[in-house]
Amino acid sequence: MKTFTNNSPRTSLMGVLWDIQKKRRYIGHDDMTKISKTFNISRMELEGVISFYHFYHRKHAGKYTIYLNNSIISKHKDFMAVRTAFENELGIKIGQVTEDQLFGLFETSCIGLSDQETSALINFRAFTDLTPDKVKQIISDLREGKSLEALSDYPRNNIRYTPPPEKTIFLKPFMRGSVMNILKHKSPQEIIDLVKDSKLKGRGGAFFPTGMKWQFCRDNKGTQKYLICNADEGEPGTFKDRVLMDSLTDLLIEGMAISGYAIGATKGFIYLRAEYFYLKDKLENTIKEYYDAGLLGQNINGIDGFNFDLSVYMGAGAYVCGEETALIASMEGKRGEPTTKEHFPVEKGFLGMPTVVNNVETLCAVPRILEMGVDKYLAIGTNATPGTKLMSVSGDCNKPGIYEIEWGMKMKDFLDLIEADDPHFILYNGFAGECLSSQDFDREISGENLLAEHIQFDYRDPIEYARKMSAVGLRSGGSFMVFNKNRNLMAILKNISDFFVAESCGICVPCRTGNFLLNKKINKIMLRHADDHDVTEIEEWSSIIKQSSRCGLGKTSTNCLLTAMLKFPDEFKEYLNARSDINHAFNLEKAVSNYNLIIEEIETSYE
Amino acid sequence: MNKLVNITIDGQKYHVQEGKNLVDAAKENGIYIPTLCHFHGVDHSLGTCRICTVEVNGKTTTSCTTKVHEGMQIEVNTSELQNTRKALIEMLYAEGNHFCPSCEKSGNCDMQNLGYDMGITVSRFPHVYSNKVVDFNSDRMIMESNRCILCKRCVEEVKTKEGKNVFSFVKRGVNTRVQIDYEEEAKLTDAEAIHAMNLCPVGAILVKGMVYEQPFGNRKYDFSGDLKLPDVEELRLKRQKNKYIVATTSLAGCFGCHMSLLDIDTAIIDILEVVEFNKSPLTDIKKFSKHCDVGLIEGGCCNSENIEVLKEFRKKCDILIAFGECAIMGGIPAMRNFVPLKECLEEAYVHGLTSEIGANTIPNHEDIPKLLDNVYPCNEIVKIDYHIPGCPPNANHIWKVVKNILLNEESTVSHEEFKYD
Repeated sequence: MKTFTNNSPRTSLMGVLWDIQKKRRYIGHDDMTKISKTFNISRMELEGVISFYHFYHRKHAGKYTIYLNNSIISKHKDFMAVRTAFENELGIKIGQVTEDQLFGLFETSCIGLSDQETSALINFRAFTDLTPDKVKQIISDLREGKSLEALSDYPRNNIRYTPPPEKTIFLKPFMRGSVMNILKHKSPQEIIDLVKDSKLKGRGGAFFPTGMKWQFCRDNKGTQKYLICNADEGEPGTFKDRVLMDSLTDLLIEGMAISGYAIGATKGFIYLRAEYFYLKDKLENTIKEYYDAGLLGQNINGIDGFNFDLSVYMGAGAYVCGEETALIASMEGKRGEPTTKEHFPVEKGFLGMPTVVNNVETLCAVPRILEMGVDKYLAIGTNATPGTKLMSVSGDCNKPGIYEIEWGMKMKDFLDLIEADDPHFILYNGFAGECLSSQDFDREISGENLLAEHIQFDYRDPIEYARKMSAVGLRSGGSFMVFNKNRNLMAILKNISDFFVAESCGICVPCRTGNFLLNKKINKIMLRHADDHDVTEIEEWSSIIKQSSRCGLGKTSTNCLLTAMLKFPDEFKEYLNARSDINHAFNLEKAVSNYNLIIEEIETSYE
Repeated sequence: MNKLVNITIDGQKYHVQEGKNLVDAAKENGIYIPTLCHFHGVDHSLGTCRICTVEVNGKTTTSCTTKVHEGMQIEVNTSELQNTRKALIEMLYAEGNHFCPSCEKSGNCDMQNLGYDMGITVSRFPHVYSNKVVDFNSDRMIMESNRCILCKRCVEEVKTKEGKNVFSFVKRGVNTRVQIDYEEEAKLTDAEAIHAMNLCPVGAILVKGMVYEQPFGNRKYDFSGDLKLPDVEELRLKRQKNKYIVATTSLAGCFGCHMSLLDIDTAIIDILEVVEFNKSPLTDIKKFSKHCDVGLIEGGCCNSENIEVLKEFRKKCDILIAFGECAIMGGIPAMRNFVPLKECLEEAYVHGLTSEIGANTIPNHEDIPKLLDNVYPCNEIVKIDYHIPGCPPNANHIWKVVKNILLNEESTVSHEEFKYD
């Protein structure tokens, strides 16, 4: 174990916890005493941090810790059979650890392998395309002591489509160092102007203008500035950042160096989600090669005063940490709770210093824009959204995987491209996105003519909706999950709701309890106990959550539910009873069953 | 910071100091924006409770985290925003276990006061009845997580001299709670401990032996006033031939609400001229003989008979009114929801201090109603039209509501009549 100096900087806390978790398989009482002394924090504050992240355990999690993905795409594949196989092979249930402490079995939300489900992580090595037979084999091999690394599957990149070569931006070979030379002739401000001219916007899904963000940071008087690459790709159904980091590591590193140069940050971090632990070595090795080649560190590439250090920072399992302020809190060794946005990170970010947080894809776009020139870049895509977009496709189609498409492609053409034979509904932009139906298939994938979000809810009539929305673009962060007619919409919505209940940080009541109560309502509908009054309540409660939640997680958590209700009213109606003054969800027999058991027990004891 | 800027609140223009927190800026101009997590004198806004949600330039946000600037357009009291704020308080009530009649902070509770302010009679959300930790381990303090609304005041504000946290959030999502660090707590002075208790806007942080200091009537949010009985003359004029028919029952309650109903003393004689009681403990009529205009329900549902009676009331009465905390949210009987049923029965009949010496059996007979797994509020079994909170509700309050319902009029209830305890 590492030896700590007293009063270690809080930023190293997550790493220290990881070291202990990996070595001992849990964080014990004595470890906590020691850590809380070292970091000079109270025990309970430490407990608060540990219990926030679901990959840290306070009890032994098994020598082999298995995390099975329970997202809807996994469930539509072999999840149930695979889970049963794991449970049978190990003789334990989900959430338990075998008696010999060899295996621990847990569920987790989307792990970024939606195109190769059913998947699981075992000690953060990926196992894809699982079947019951494969599970049997894996467990018996591990019991025999075979190497985990040899057994694991390195995730496939599944790059399915790129535009014609002159229009491909991301998914083509990249020459190491090629862009660094350009920096010799460009001032930081020139780079920012270039990025502004390119109309590049945050590709994580929020679409904040990148150039503007950089300018804010550059103009800030802070002495130390930071750049963070948000590689906490937690949105269910996205895996484009994984593919970018794996196949174009150099591109990301150079993108970060350029960004650091432009905004004046001398330190950069890649906040990598723990689910992508298997990418850590590759990233770190490449970073080392860059240092060795003089392309990172001091006076990079011979440019005087261009200093940029880069390192990888591991998350520990919290979707909300994809929110930039939560991510920063996490890097500071705290609970990943979003802040109130009184200050944006570009004003007060990491350690109180101006900080830019950018998505992997955004940072990867920058070297490409420099490489090809802004004019050429602007000629691709649409006016509001030039360039191309990476889409992560999963679900009911013949070709799940990564697609680089030119902005402006029609939805129906995209559906043809991915070979979705019977697309019925689409979860667009992940669980925080929206639900699309055939009414949306004539729209284009772009940021053109966007409307304020609430307006689409005014078009209740499907024909009016299709007409009014046809010219409105569909902007995407990249998650694309398609489902055919045989899939149960309620089960999908239930899975989404389960996800938000599990991932809410718990700091504000609308998100924390609102989602929990909505989840119960969805259960009520699925059990066919609901009437139209319940549906009205779902709508009202969803809007309240949307209006009043503290951060983007809560505000977007009911989007899919609301849009599904708007577009698929019939699928809801199917479940509903006639309006009644009696609550059908209350079942007297069930409510007295416990009492009956107790009485029965007493009576048998008489005899 | 002294620059004045123009802002518009609900259509009215105001001059306020630039950069001022919107809650304070509005307050200075006589506009009240309710808050829970925000507290006077602390500038670092937490933004956790979301109660001060308003609309700024068309976007909803919290006013405690908004600094005013020139030209800001603010909506505070649109009906939608009022509804959202009310819903948030109701959600806090539903998520925790807020049994005002048995809470040490009742009458001194910020959340309870907001409930009065907003006229919340019932939570639109079903009660979660989650069984949270009540932590007595600290020598000096009690942490009652069932009442905690996770406003984070204590986490942010209570620190030891070395700057360490005494209270911390642990876990996440619906399982998030505040946990005391005993070691650090012991380092606080008594004054600091009492400060922590006062900081808590609800009854979650208590200092042992330091509560119930003020008598009823003198508590922070108590109002005393002249209570007036409703005038029954109007009722008499409205319906001269047929009397209004009213039924009442007490389910899992203590009959306290019925006793309170009788507190109108001789006025009951006037009322009897226009109201006829059908099934009711007051008349001792056991079975409905007529369809009724109004049914008054005291108590929640704890057994199979309660369910049956309640459903019958729903069928036989046009309007159902739940009166008293037990009928509305389970009340004191619902406190058993956190104890396994078997333990409850054993405590009552076998091991308890009040059980007969030598008793070793839990009574059971087919004629005894069966106990439910939980005590349920009435509105989770049938539709309830109106709710009258209180433990018990004031007699005037009950009759005012009943009268207004019979006359089909809007009812307003004064602060002093409206109590949860």
